[in-house]
Amino acid sequence: MQDLETEQDLDAKLGALISEHQATPGALMPLLHAIQDDIGYVPESSYSQIGRALGLSVAEVHGVVTFYHHFRTHRPGRHVMQICRAESCQSMGSEALEAHAKKCLNVDYHQTTSDDAITLEAVYCLGNCALSPNIMIDEEIYGRVSAEDLDTLIAEARA
Amino acid sequence: MAVKVYIPRDSSALSMGAEKVADAIALEAKKRGLEISIIRNGSRGLYWLETMVEVATDQGRVAYGPVKAKDVPSLFDADFLNALSSFTSPHPLSLGLTEEIDWLKKQQRLTFARVGITDPVSLDDYIAHDGYKGLKKALTLSGAEIVKAITDSGLRGRGGAAFPTGIKWNTVLGCQADQKYIVCNADEGDSGTFSDRMIMEDDPFVLIEGMTIAGVAVGATQGYIYLRSEYPHALKVLNEAITKAESAGYLGKNICGSTHTFNLEVRRAAGAYVCGEETSLLESLEGKRGLVRFKPPLPAIEGLFGKPTVVNNVISLATVPIILDKGAQYYADYGMGRSRGTLPIQLAGNLKHGGLVELAFGITLRELLYDYGGGSASGKPIRAVQVGGPLGAFLPESQFDTPIDYEAFSNIWAVLGHGGIVAFDDTVDMAKMARYAFEFCAIESCGKCTPCRIGSIRGAEVVDKIIAAKNKPTPDTLKNIKLVRDLSDTMLNGSLCALGGMTPYPVLSAMNHFPEDFGIVK
Repeated sequence: MQDLETEQDLDAKLGALISEHQATPGALMPLLHAIQDDIGYVPESSYSQIGRALGLSVAEVHGVVTFYHHFRTHRPGRHVMQICRAESCQSMGSEALEAHAKKCLNVDYHQTTSDDAITLEAVYCLGNCALSPNIMIDEEIYGRVSAEDLDTLIAEARA
Repeated sequence: MAVKVYIPRDSSALSMGAEKVADAIALEAKKRGLEISIIRNGSRGLYWLETMVEVATDQGRVAYGPVKAKDVPSLFDADFLNALSSFTSPHPLSLGLTEEIDWLKKQQRLTFARVGITDPVSLDDYIAHDGYKGLKKALTLSGAEIVKAITDSGLRGRGGAAFPTGIKWNTVLGCQADQKYIVCNADEGDSGTFSDRMIMEDDPFVLIEGMTIAGVAVGATQGYIYLRSEYPHALKVLNEAITKAESAGYLGKNICGSTHTFNLEVRRAAGAYVCGEETSLLESLEGKRGLVRFKPPLPAIEGLFGKPTVVNNVISLATVPIILDKGAQYYADYGMGRSRGTLPIQLAGNLKHGGLVELAFGITLRELLYDYGGGSASGKPIRAVQVGGPLGAFLPESQFDTPIDYEAFSNIWAVLGHGGIVAFDDTVDMAKMARYAFEFCAIESCGKCTPCRIGSIRGAEVVDKIIAAKNKPTPDTLKNIKLVRDLSDTMLNGSLCALGGMTPYPVLSAMNHFPEDFGIVK
């Protein structure tokens, strides 16, 4: 169980973010982004507070959070690594890169390594298709990534 | 005087280490006591040459690339800052005068006129390079006159649907409402495309200007840029540019001293491909699940929050300023048939020279793949290309002479879409690509209509069976092929939007042009 202090922190943070975005037209998406930017995920325990503020049911908030691939409901590792699975990257060997990453990290997509360093995610195009294959770590993009490049980047992320 | 050194800040350049190159150049200059002024420009779009560093000279900029941080000391040793005099014994990475590089010189850059040349977040730079001339012109015209200019230019929606932009605007102009909106679709989800990202990162003011002109034309006072969450750099650049445009009076109340008001805000998408479909996008902007809406009503009549809304792609809107500035005829003089103007084409996938090529409609696929693309990156023959993103058809070598033209593509049951071209060499397995098309549709389906939601999953299952029997086709193989064709027919005709409705394009084109990959005789 989370200790009370953490829950209170979360409530306070949510309250501040909600009052910042509440008046915005179509507030839910900007609010969910703000929450995930701040604490790294959108906890399910926040749905009722969000719902009350925006006049939505818990089911509606849940529906929106789970519709979009970007939002996650659990805390990720220290870094999020996204590997592009789209056609352009496939044409330059991304399948082998995916397999290599899964093997090195010993995780599948949407999972976090045992040392909590990296959460692995699939992504469908990073808009760097002239320099495929591509990956993104947090908000940095890397092009023409070889298996060796990936090893180096993983080592850096784990350090 | 300090020598001007240009180092791109575009995502693709950053993905090849541009930040490290910039740091190394600053450090090396300091070490050697040389005074330089580093400008972080956009990319010229010659992506295989990134990081491409340029040095200003009396005769224009001189380019070096691809530069890695480790090359920096040797560039200084070769006196690269004194670019013209070092031509006698050039550094191995010297590319000569940028404007003389064949790949760039042959292009017809209208929408991308400033991209790679200016500092993206410098409003002064933008104005010095013909920026805001379109808006100034627009402010002297009536809404109907602006719409007429867009209609006469022949501009069609560059997001992929190719619907005439002027007609859309005219519908919104004709609506009576207390509030109208301009929405920019910047959810560039198609694999193989990056022209929207380049505009937003490398010349954001042109998009802001285009949206402002749209607002002035149809009487909309609020604009939203719906930006995909995979583009964090574009988000930063856009927000910085919007703030600068606001403080200089180009956004907000009384734009440029006129009576017009236009406010602009960037809204982040959240990784759902289907939100590139305009009605799904509007649902998302309203804070809902991105479910596709039934049409009618058209968004132009009942769009965002039920109000008349122009929804246009980034490239469509970024092309508006030059049309207003230089006139509809100037733009319409480029192109062929009913495809007027230019198309920013994106060369991607397995190509030696990938990047951005803006040209008038009419150039052939073959010229793009070989004269610009330089053939495959792997050196193997190009076997197939997919044009127009994940919902575009695969084209075999026999169709490479098709000109870039909406109607010519439609005649061979293909689409131009957003102008992305992804090349595959002869190691590609087209049955796997067909399977992927169904898989992608299943992952991204909004779930509202049955053909897309269930058809995609059943499609992937049937293709799996075909693949399993590929080396030893059974009587079931032909039955399964027929089943995929029947299913595709249902999806084509029964889906609510292009996601389910166009997934059959990659599937059937793969089957028709590459039957041997499915274990059936050609």
